Amino acid sequence: MFMRLSRRVTPVFLWLSLVLFTSPVYAAAESAAAAGGGGDWPWWFWPLVLLVFCFVLGILAVLAGVGGGVLYVPLVSAFFPFHLDFVRGAGLFVALAGALMAGPGLLRRGLASLRLALPVALIASTFAILGAFIGLSLPTTIVQILLGATIIFIAVLLLLSKNVEYPVVTKQDAVGLALGMHGSYIEETTGKIYEYKTHRTWAGLLIFVLIGLVAGMFGLGAGWANIPVLNLLMGAPLKISVATSKFLLSITDTSAAWVYLNKGGIIPLVAIPSIVGLMLGSLVGVKILARAKPAAIRYIVIAVLLFAGVRALLKGLGI
Amino acid sequence: MTQNTKELEHVPAEQKAYATLLMYGCWIGIGIMVLTYFFYLSGIIEPYVSIDKVSDLWHLPADEFSHKLDIPGGWGWLALIGYGDFLNFIGIVILGALTIVGYLMLIPAYIKKKDFLFTSIAIVEVLVLLLAASGILGGGGH
Repeated sequence: MFMRLSRRVTPVFLWLSLVLFTSPVYAAAESAAAAGGGGDWPWWFWPLVLLVFCFVLGILAVLAGVGGGVLYVPLVSAFFPFHLDFVRGAGLFVALAGALMAGPGLLRRGLASLRLALPVALIASTFAILGAFIGLSLPTTIVQILLGATIIFIAVLLLLSKNVEYPVVTKQDAVGLALGMHGSYIEETTGKIYEYKTHRTWAGLLIFVLIGLVAGMFGLGAGWANIPVLNLLMGAPLKISVATSKFLLSITDTSAAWVYLNKGGIIPLVAIPSIVGLMLGSLVGVKILARAKPAAIRYIVIAVLLFAGVRALLKGLGI
Repeated sequence: MTQNTKELEHVPAEQKAYATLLMYGCWIGIGIMVLTYFFYLSGIIEPYVSIDKVSDLWHLPADEFSHKLDIPGGWGWLALIGYGDFLNFIGIVILGALTIVGYLMLIPAYIKKKDFLFTSIAIVEVLVLLLAASGILGGGGH
């Protein structure tokens, strides 16, 4: 009876927590923004709130099956008084830390594939550098508008995309064959070994150019884009796509993160509680995943992303 | 697509080694980060810029923020490593360096396998990441 009650109560509790918690944070952020800097709040208020906020985000990200990075930048830039440059810089390190944490397990189990990851990572990481420079050079209002539009797009994509567990790839293309983009893995639920290969490699590589640019410009993790490209376009099995995407983030985000670091876009006072909070939240999220209803949480997170995207857009338009 | 067989595709040794590096490196980086952050917030090690000043100016763009607080760009922070705020960069840099070190481990493995395509990919990736890390490309906030 407790388990059933827990399953019903957990998503409601999380939703209420998010609303109740973010309402005063939102109000404080608005007054801080009007006053400039941290407003009337003592300096420790914002890092502490950020730590707890990111902890909740980490839980939600795991339950919703989205990366922490894609939630971090739009929500922190919407609710906190830090400039977007610092939010993006911290966002990249948040996504990087999450990927570095998850990577070992995925690599050891053969779910993340170096054969798949390395070629696309080279493209994405190179263009992430370019994206970072573009993002830091553009006026903030333009970045805000573009970020808002991108977040709304991501929310819609998350809502509508239907991944395929085992895409059918009849013939591997020449580029995929030359790059050795194939392999096998054990499906743990059945114990069977699945072999896979990819196709439409050129198209995939071109899209990773765009993915790198966006990741670098906005400080977002790119899992929301990596997975559909690897799974729906290139034909990798869903588990391989999800795992390889997670690992891929560690390479893509490293390049852009260094640009932000060198250009003064990292404030430790902001970045460290963000990284630690989100990672602790992710660890807790994994523990409660079995008891929660991921579908319901996912819809809540999509709704929150839509709200954050619209807010960023309106902020950029000066409305 | 499937085969019922006890034969597994062997997870390459270099992939396992990369995984081990990430695991230990990540936790070491986060551990150092937590420790230095404690030193910073507690004031045990004096910061270069007071925390109050940081919170007064964090609404500014990065280049303006660095200019007002006279913070060097690129790797200039190394000269200020004795200060509590810049000490935090050690853990952050460790996280940023892990992928570079991982790739450097992959290169000899691919050479040994005579996989020259992936050797080249790994070398180019290291060069790309080193270029980003070096600060040569427009390093400096002001």
